[in-house]
Amino acid sequence: MADLAWFWCAAACVKVLLAPAYRSTDFEVHRHWLALTSSLPISQWYVDASSPWTLDYPPLFAYFEFLLSIPAAIVDPAIVDIRNLGYEAESVVLFQRLSVVFADLSLLVGAGLIARRLSGGKRRLVYALILWSPALIIVDHVHFQYNGLLLGVLLLSLALLTEGRDLEGGLAFAVLICSKHLFAIAAPVYFVYLLRHYCSGRGIWRDLGRFLKMGAVVGVVAAVSFGPFLYHGQMKQVFYRLFPFGRGLCHAYWAPNFWVFYIILDKFMAFFLRKFGYPVEIPSASFTGGLVGSSSPFAVLPQVTPAVSLVLVIVGMSPCLVRVWKKPEPRHVVRWVSYAYTCGFIFGWHVHEKASLHFVIPLAVIAADSLEDAGHYFLLATGDLLLFDVPLLFGPEEYPVKLLLLLIHSIIVLSSLSPLFSGKVSQEDVPTTTTAAVGPAGMWYLAGFAAVEVWGQLLHPLLLGDRLPFLPLMLVSTYCAFGMVYSWTWQLRRILAAG
Amino acid sequence: MGRRRKESPTAGEVEEERPPYFFGAASTSMVRILAVSLFALLVRVLVALGPYSGRRRPPMYGDYEWYRNTSSNDLAYWGLDYPPLTAYQSYVHGRLFLQPFVPDSMDGSVVGSSRIFPAALCFVFIYFGRRIRRGRGDGSVTHEWLLAMILLNPCLILIDHGHFQYNCISLGFMIGAVAAILSGRELLGSFLFCLSLNHKQMSAYYAPAFFAHLLGKCLRRHNPILSVMKLAIVVLATFVLMWWPYLYSLDAAREVLSRLAPFERGIYEDYVANFWCSTSTLIKWKMRFTVKSLKLFSLYQVPSNHGFLHALLNSSFSFYLFSYQVHEKSILLPLIPASLLALEEPTAFGWLTYTHSLLSLFGLIYRLPIEVHGRRRPRIPWKLQTVMALSSFSSALLHLVYLIVRPPRRYPFLFEALIMALCFAQFVILAIYSNIRQWTLRDASPGFPSEKKKI
Repeated sequence: MADLAWFWCAAACVKVLLAPAYRSTDFEVHRHWLALTSSLPISQWYVDASSPWTLDYPPLFAYFEFLLSIPAAIVDPAIVDIRNLGYEAESVVLFQRLSVVFADLSLLVGAGLIARRLSGGKRRLVYALILWSPALIIVDHVHFQYNGLLLGVLLLSLALLTEGRDLEGGLAFAVLICSKHLFAIAAPVYFVYLLRHYCSGRGIWRDLGRFLKMGAVVGVVAAVSFGPFLYHGQMKQVFYRLFPFGRGLCHAYWAPNFWVFYIILDKFMAFFLRKFGYPVEIPSASFTGGLVGSSSPFAVLPQVTPAVSLVLVIVGMSPCLVRVWKKPEPRHVVRWVSYAYTCGFIFGWHVHEKASLHFVIPLAVIAADSLEDAGHYFLLATGDLLLFDVPLLFGPEEYPVKLLLLLIHSIIVLSSLSPLFSGKVSQEDVPTTTTAAVGPAGMWYLAGFAAVEVWGQLLHPLLLGDRLPFLPLMLVSTYCAFGMVYSWTWQLRRILAAG
Repeated sequence: MGRRRKESPTAGEVEEERPPYFFGAASTSMVRILAVSLFALLVRVLVALGPYSGRRRPPMYGDYEWYRNTSSNDLAYWGLDYPPLTAYQSYVHGRLFLQPFVPDSMDGSVVGSSRIFPAALCFVFIYFGRRIRRGRGDGSVTHEWLLAMILLNPCLILIDHGHFQYNCISLGFMIGAVAAILSGRELLGSFLFCLSLNHKQMSAYYAPAFFAHLLGKCLRRHNPILSVMKLAIVVLATFVLMWWPYLYSLDAAREVLSRLAPFERGIYEDYVANFWCSTSTLIKWKMRFTVKSLKLFSLYQVPSNHGFLHALLNSSFSFYLFSYQVHEKSILLPLIPASLLALEEPTAFGWLTYTHSLLSLFGLIYRLPIEVHGRRRPRIPWKLQTVMALSSFSSALLHLVYLIVRPPRRYPFLFEALIMALCFAQFVILAIYSNIRQWTLRDASPGFPSEKKKI
């Protein structure tokens, strides 16, 4: 317990110091939501349009913002004034920053529970990987989001499931989905697992009883969240706000997923076909803009719609679902759920890089399982951190922070590999154990990260100046996409191979 | 914190008693040092993200502007009142880093990245000092904590990176000097100390200790005159090197000296937990001059490493408590030997280091819009806990009161004065304690009759 508290406090110090750092528009988004929930009645929450930052999280998160707005109003009433768009005084900055720090207590609980069964060194490794995750710190405390809060709930749910407490785990997951619907991607896994593990094998009536019990629990959560809106007849509006499919296939800065390759393939094919004389039109729509009627941003390859991407996600998950159906063992739950989020990332519609946290953080728990897992996690986490760069619009001041966080994180992970997994106790082993963990190809890939960073940060501005400004980003996205797709296949292999 | 770690050599399991800084096992001390150093650098960079003193308050732009002025050669704006080495260093800094980015603006706009460079620079120097220190040969368990304590010293971090100064360079040299002396390399030690002195004249606080210790050591050698001569040459050479540009005339040298010691300012500034300040509420002192503690005489008799550290502490403490024109930042000076001693006597010095200096700096800190948060506290035995709890509690109470309550109109600086009085009381107690310890150290060794000298 003392361990856990210490880790959390050390992280909290760093986070508090990050208070004056760069903030993105997400900061104003959350401030606006504080104002919204505080000043308007529930019936207006999903209808109000006084700011472009409409409420696009489900109701439980809105309730959370509402609770938060109470102390906010005490600290500084101007925070919750709905007309006060873009308010950036010290009071609001400090208040919101501190609120994220405290919300991370959820992460503390989640990490504590999920690592409970591990032995000393491994437990501390997991704490370090989760509580000190550089990617999470940067997204939550610089860019500004509440991922720590939500990921804590996810970890809690996973911990409950691995301990066999299915009902509570299901409840936690329901709460999670009703707080951020993006987490619902893992719902098929949960559904199949709970069906096979909780609701079967005890005779038809007991099974049915349990099924109903679980259904009731989920139903209650849903009722609490959506009930008021159902009452006001606003369900359609709520869904409309929650699922803004008007956006394009890719976020403005491409997330490193499968669609990157699809787009590049399309461009290549268009280029070559044109060379060989085939009439290929250059499409008017763009990847990041919305769907314009039936026109597709793809020149050659078939158009992709949200439905298509959903189907692909499910198809991607299916081998895992089959495995879950056949052998619903609690100890693999974390891997399955991480895999589900990975599929969602790889094939999803309008995916943000930040969604990578949904599977990177649970995989941190897996990292303690074996050397190979730890090595894979290290590759993934490093690549993930690389992503959180220009897209999140860092100032030059924040870059050293990111670099230092990465270095410290790497040192901690790499230096613990040897003693935790091979029992050897010498520092000369760090390079060899790292190579063993990551594999020679992995070492090259890591070197590639360094090269991409050097290009993006140093050489590109030096050599090309302002030309081709999208190139570094594209480079980062593509390079990381390789890694992400590899991680996806690797995870699937591990899942299928596991007994 | 200095307890031995239990290790079981069985595969994969290393249970550690002390706070879980690292998961790796024994000999990864390089790893630990690296991680601690990086973390210290991270903290400094983070503090550098925040505002620095004087950022938006013209015309007193504060120390940051001053450094830029050196490079654009305008001494009139914020007169240079540190010795030559600081001037050279800030000139280099300006040339290398600032001019390419911010050519000649004096409007207080800041190139964020240029504040990171001081962070990195300072860090390098303290680290340098620390590496020499390793020769001391303590158990490896304690040595990273020492590093952590010095590097993560919140006072230093806040002053250097929040308030913006380069104290760490001169302190780094000083630590290097101490380390060199403790491992027996006295010439190197004197050289480094001279560098430190030439960077910030604050280091003169330590001069009596250095002088006494080295003299004592020399006199016990076979050929005392030769040893003294060697040291003297090193010192003189260093000084000549530093002052070279100003030695062309006596006037120039005198001008530099007068800048270094601005006696025109009052005897104290801004509520430092100093003797003069505290008692001024009762008696108004006027032109009292510097008073030194001559208990260093004992050190001269039997120089020992431990005694040296105590001497440093006492010397700097007495200077801090009694001398003329003390700045709050000078509390950094006693802090360093206190940190070094803290591992041997965690009770007294840990208490000092982490609670009160910070409080004493509080007045300074409060003028910066920066948060202060506590660091890890060292373990303290039960007996003293109540006393310390009481004083910590009163400190915390004062903190709170300061923040919340408005002082009565007649005494607008009431709270600063109270804080200062509290700190002063504690410093005095600690100074007395430390002096006693130094004396008892001496008494424990065979030899010379003691001669007490009063202040």
